[in-house]
Amino acid sequence: MLGTELQVERRRLLDRTERSGRRARPNGALWLPSLLLALVVFAPHALAQSRDEEFLAVLGELGDASFLDKEHIVERLSRSGHPSTRAVLTAFLEDRLYVRAKDRKIVIVKSMDDGVAPFDLVDPVSLQDAGSGARDEVTRIGTNNRLRKLLKTTVARFDLSSPDPAVKLAAVQEMLRDLDQASIALLGGRAGVETDAAVKEEIETGLALAALDGGDPRARLDAVATLARRLRPQVRNRLAGVLEKGADGNFVEPDEKVRQAAAAAVRRIDRSRALYAGVETLFFGLSVGSVLVLVAIGLAITFGVMGVINMAHGELMMLGAYTTYVVQLAMPRHIGLSILVAIPAAFLVAGLAGVIVERTIIRFLYGRPLETLLATFGVSLVLQQSVRSLFSANNRSVETPPWMSGTLQLNDALAITFNRLYIVIFTLIVFAILLVVLKRTRLGLDIRAVSQNRAMAQAMGIRTGWVDAMTFGLGSGIAGIAGVALSQFTNVGPNLGQAYIIDSFMVVVFGGVGNLWGTLVGGMSMGVVNQLLEPYAGAVLAKIFVLVALILFIQRWPRGLFPQTGRAAESQ
Amino acid sequence: MNRTQRFLTLWPLAAVLAVPGAALAQETIKIGVLHSLSGTMAISETTLKDTIMMLVDQQNRKGGLLGRKLEAVVVDPASNWPLFAEKARQLLEKDKVAVVFGCWTSVSRKSVLPVFEKDNGLLFYPVQYEGEESSKNVIYTGAAPNQQAIPAVDYLMKDVGVKRWVLEGTDYVYPRTTNKILEAYLKARGVKAEDISINYTPFGHADWQARVAAIKKFGSAGRKTAVVSTINGDANVPFYKELGNQKVSAEDIPVVAFSVGEEELSGVDTRPLVGHLAAWNYFESINTPANKAFIDQWHAYIKKPKRTTNDPMEAHYIGFNLWVKAVEKAHSTDVEKVLAALPGLEVPNLTGGVAKLLPNHHITKPVYLGEVRADGQFDVVWKTNGTMPGDAWSDYLPGSKDIEADWVTLKCGNYNTKTKVCSGQSYK
Repeated sequence: MLGTELQVERRRLLDRTERSGRRARPNGALWLPSLLLALVVFAPHALAQSRDEEFLAVLGELGDASFLDKEHIVERLSRSGHPSTRAVLTAFLEDRLYVRAKDRKIVIVKSMDDGVAPFDLVDPVSLQDAGSGARDEVTRIGTNNRLRKLLKTTVARFDLSSPDPAVKLAAVQEMLRDLDQASIALLGGRAGVETDAAVKEEIETGLALAALDGGDPRARLDAVATLARRLRPQVRNRLAGVLEKGADGNFVEPDEKVRQAAAAAVRRIDRSRALYAGVETLFFGLSVGSVLVLVAIGLAITFGVMGVINMAHGELMMLGAYTTYVVQLAMPRHIGLSILVAIPAAFLVAGLAGVIVERTIIRFLYGRPLETLLATFGVSLVLQQSVRSLFSANNRSVETPPWMSGTLQLNDALAITFNRLYIVIFTLIVFAILLVVLKRTRLGLDIRAVSQNRAMAQAMGIRTGWVDAMTFGLGSGIAGIAGVALSQFTNVGPNLGQAYIIDSFMVVVFGGVGNLWGTLVGGMSMGVVNQLLEPYAGAVLAKIFVLVALILFIQRWPRGLFPQTGRAAESQ
Repeated sequence: MNRTQRFLTLWPLAAVLAVPGAALAQETIKIGVLHSLSGTMAISETTLKDTIMMLVDQQNRKGGLLGRKLEAVVVDPASNWPLFAEKARQLLEKDKVAVVFGCWTSVSRKSVLPVFEKDNGLLFYPVQYEGEESSKNVIYTGAAPNQQAIPAVDYLMKDVGVKRWVLEGTDYVYPRTTNKILEAYLKARGVKAEDISINYTPFGHADWQARVAAIKKFGSAGRKTAVVSTINGDANVPFYKELGNQKVSAEDIPVVAFSVGEEELSGVDTRPLVGHLAAWNYFESINTPANKAFIDQWHAYIKKPKRTTNDPMEAHYIGFNLWVKAVEKAHSTDVEKVLAALPGLEVPNLTGGVAKLLPNHHITKPVYLGEVRADGQFDVVWKTNGTMPGDAWSDYLPGSKDIEADWVTLKCGNYNTKTKVCSGQSYK
């Protein structure tokens, strides 16, 4: 069936080539005899040559085709059997197929960049280098969504016999998105010889989906049994389709047993998907919570441990985010590495800014919270304005390194984005390091001593002024690190800090002032509650609900989740 | 005697010295520029300020207007809506500007509207908006819903076969009104209520993971789903980043945006976004001689060869030229005279058509749908035949079906054709 179709198509292709071939050659009369001669003298070579010519002719039509025509051309190319087909279609999909203005010849551009240098061209038939072309001499052959979908499916058919299992898997998955007869036939052919388990499973899914349309109830029942173990939404929808009634009032599926099996399968898939959706929401909550913890944890030190109401905390995060931007400017060729460099850099920049602010302003205001609040608010405005003058008021674009984009596909129902996964891990690492610093180092001991009893600590020979500066620097540095993380999620602009300052105070107060564990638990639970509410209430209402709940909580337990106990707490 | 003589000889000199100064001070025509240069909207509005500065500069090189030089007065309302009204008052009452080019968000336009109507100023508003308004003192050079939203939805419904719709917007007047119109329009076209999902997020929303996951879920019901995005400002950057991260591909769930153009995409890695759509009345990639000349002028003025042009810039280009033409026709910069001269004027747009100012203070525009390319530009995949006249009052909302705006014969921006009453957005 497919074979005949191919043959017919091939004949049509040949016809067209012949016609266009004659048109193209001024010396049409000589063409046929010379071809015959070539056939006699060197038949295999000539065959290849004629195949090249028909391929080139079909390709040539792309130059002035409409989107609909292009779809037909792609289909014809895919059936031509020419060895360059896959390369040409891949180039087309990647926007690298161009038409040259002077001779209307189709060329492939080797690689795309934003520069102005001439393109390196590749001949679409021989796939050999074909010199270079200035950018205004060639015009890109445009694609649209439908065409790209067709191209993806077509390229996937070629990839089905690739030696790389990952390519094969992607190819089968691409074909499953929109199954047609040609794909089913290819999958059927592949099923017998495929050895890779994952690819085999996906092929089975495809064949089972196709078998649902078959005439044999037994085969349909088997197909339902296979599909019941899958989680793809396409499978679920296809099975749900089995249960529907047609326009005439009868069930689409005549067999009662198949319907029952399908109904059970749909229920099973729905149950699994609901479970994974719950896991996903929980993960979303944890990732939002991680951002909250990260932005609040520096404040947990400056506000929680030292008792300084630092309104410039948000701006210290902004400094961290801008440090990331500057680091990326300094190393444009190593974006992947830039984030790792930015973390210590941001810690130093924000930490230094913190120490300067503490030494020049805050230390004169200890014990006067209202003045501290006003002074640090002033500092925040100064920092915002200096960044605005230095970098302009517009947002800066911080690039996401390749290893942070994309998703970790756990199964067909659950995918976790890498950037969120990393932020959860990163927050936990920062938290752990901070705990170690506070509990296991000399600086931590000093910090705790000074915060618990300043006079006594001073009497024991601790330089309290130096400890204050270091503590504030530590909290500020952590804020800078939070800024690096934020630069990956939100816009880096002068107002970055303002969006997070309220959140960070909320987390610290909710968790219990002066308690790092409180900040962790408080931030995480606020994130989870927010994400649980958001699907039902919307982003705005969810935030309001969280705020109201927080106010009620603070009314009842003013010292937060983990109140500090002991004499030090009483005296505060 | 001697002294008098000296005094008399000095007189002409003094006159010579004094006159040019006085003439110069009198001669400049002041043009107000009311665009946010900081805050959440700065990403979009700064470019428009630069556009007007460039147009003023060009006009001055051509010898100014009515023999007088133009002078731009720039203020920064800082994405702060009440501040827009204050700055507008400052421009109109203190600086006495002849015309103001400004505003982006509808909330800022609504905020300055009473000021312009009280002081009888003239505002050229360059951004696509939700309609349902026609003021005597505002010229709307951006698209009304029938020049952007409705054609875009039509394209998705007919050419792409979309059956389920997510209307995703920022929480303020433009998205809410546009979505109300779109919802009414979709329902009139037979789309069921359960196939429409409407959601709003605040300005500057940064955490999109739950929303994008919800869109994915809504789109997995087996029927073609599209997202109509009226998300505005810098919230778009994390939104598109999240779409890319969660692999929402345009072939499965296309997102068509009404507020995202070349400028907004310039800060985003567009490779995962290829194929998502935007509906505008202008794209930088449209190849016409006028557009090429405009882009070259822009690059020469801004001195950055990579800066993009976009739709609201073209609207300012059209608006500025309309105003210049009206001033030349009226031989005056007086607002009343210019307003009388404006309706019916025609200026060429950049994509090869003509923008005509209609009596309802809207203009005729072509509509284009573009798909995002890997380089952040758009490929036009669909366009209207010729231009569409802007309709101030939507035909799809029950309240505004019978309302008409006409500042030439009816002298009213809100005339009910059934009750024959002029009300609301009218100037007495």
